[in-house]
Amino acid sequence: MKKLFTGVCVAAALSLSGQAALADVLDDIAERGVLRVGVKADYPPYGYLDEAGNIVGIEPALAQDVADLLGVELELIPVVSSNRMQFLEQGRIDLMIATMTDRNDRREVVQIVDPNYYSSGTNILAPTAAGLTEWEQLDGLPVCGIQGAFYNRKTEEEFGAEIVAFTGTAEALAALQQGTCVAFVYDDSFLISRLSEPEWADYEMPLQTIDDAPWGLAVALGEDRFAELMSGMIVNWHLSGRILALETEYGVDNTPFAERMHQLFLDINPSIER
Amino acid sequence: MDGIEAWFLDLYHTTGINLTIVYDAFDRERFLWGLLNTVILSVICLVFSVIIGIIGAWLLGARHAIPRRIVQAYVQFFRNTPPLVQMYFFFFALGPMFMTTVERHVGQMVFVSETPLLTSFHWAVISLSFFAGAFNVEIFRSGIEAVPRSTIEAAEALGMSRWQIYRDVILPLAFRICLPALNNNLVNLVKTTTLAYAIAVPELLYMSNQIWSDSVNVPEMMTVLLFVYVGLVAILVFAMQRWERAMKLPGFGR
Repeated sequence: MKKLFTGVCVAAALSLSGQAALADVLDDIAERGVLRVGVKADYPPYGYLDEAGNIVGIEPALAQDVADLLGVELELIPVVSSNRMQFLEQGRIDLMIATMTDRNDRREVVQIVDPNYYSSGTNILAPTAAGLTEWEQLDGLPVCGIQGAFYNRKTEEEFGAEIVAFTGTAEALAALQQGTCVAFVYDDSFLISRLSEPEWADYEMPLQTIDDAPWGLAVALGEDRFAELMSGMIVNWHLSGRILALETEYGVDNTPFAERMHQLFLDINPSIER
Repeated sequence: MDGIEAWFLDLYHTTGINLTIVYDAFDRERFLWGLLNTVILSVICLVFSVIIGIIGAWLLGARHAIPRRIVQAYVQFFRNTPPLVQMYFFFFALGPMFMTTVERHVGQMVFVSETPLLTSFHWAVISLSFFAGAFNVEIFRSGIEAVPRSTIEAAEALGMSRWQIYRDVILPLAFRICLPALNNNLVNLVKTTTLAYAIAVPELLYMSNQIWSDSVNVPEMMTVLLFVYVGLVAILVFAMQRWERAMKLPGFGR
């Protein structure tokens, strides 16, 4: 963590000095006057289309912060999971904030910025009336899932649930509503977006999220100066509680990861509270 | 047993062929449970589809038009729709129409909820039995229509009733005539049970899918699946051929 903090200080110093020997993407952005950010447009509340057709959500809001800091206009470019890294590689976007899980093989293709800005894990969607509070309570209960999901085995083996796995989320959600199972085990970020819909008003995501996998925002490989700037940006988001505030703004319960990161950076620099 | 497990673990380490179903107790249990479910599902559907076939073919020969029309409509409906679509239709569209309440123990609390009366396994049995049954009706009809008219006339001349003629003369002969076609359809039925994975029936394909997702041994499990089905169908064909031979009438059908 110390190393990270040093990195942040270096990043801050660099971005303040604003000088670099070679022209890089930051110079391009300044020259263009526009920051192009790849975000999701189909993943509420992280990135979605509002009624007017604008891309809004938690990630577009973060992108706006970056544009404001750089003093340039923001252009949001919708990407999907299968093409997001290529958009960055080809220089069609400068920055990618698109719900991407941080994995080592991806770090070889794009420059994922440390620290991680967000995270998703495994949780369940269950009727509020069931009153579930612990994973262990799933013992002996039928729980819907998706065929091939890695946490099915864990839910079965460690918590004793009887997994009823379907081929897609639509089938599993229908089976949950029809009462075939007591809960649906899946990515918590997906479940959060369902909970914001009126159809799921009587349901909740009651358990402690497990198997957290961090999300990474990314710049193109070799854009070290922009990456360092973004490191500082992410630390600032965690430190100032910006991500927690955005979660609240978009109707998401504060995730344990965002809370933990906020606390972590507060502990490093408690003076921020004054 | 330990020796075998060690051998397969060694096989994985030396060749990369990962057969977790041999050395991993959890995977082995899942696989055997899937195999058992496939066998149970197949046997139940085989029996029901044959019963449906016999009754349907008998109703097709009824004097009244109404039962004939009903059976014809049934055959058309089930023969003209894909079994996967039927399975989805039964489970997701018909299932919620028959509900029951269950008490589930959540920790110390009891959670009372609505749940479909019939499980996915029940719907798979219903769907597959009616699907194969529709073909069996036609297969038995072909057998019945192949029974020589003169044989039936001879039975009538002996003063046998319609039911007696059907049970003691037509059906035994028809059965022997249509056995090869019935064999074909029943073999198909065993293979069609794999579709039940779509409505989460924990049969062999479903369990294998879960195993290869967890252990990332897709080619190995695909191969195992293929051979297991070859074996399952071979057992069925062997039994049916034994039956065919046991029922052979000297001089009949030659």
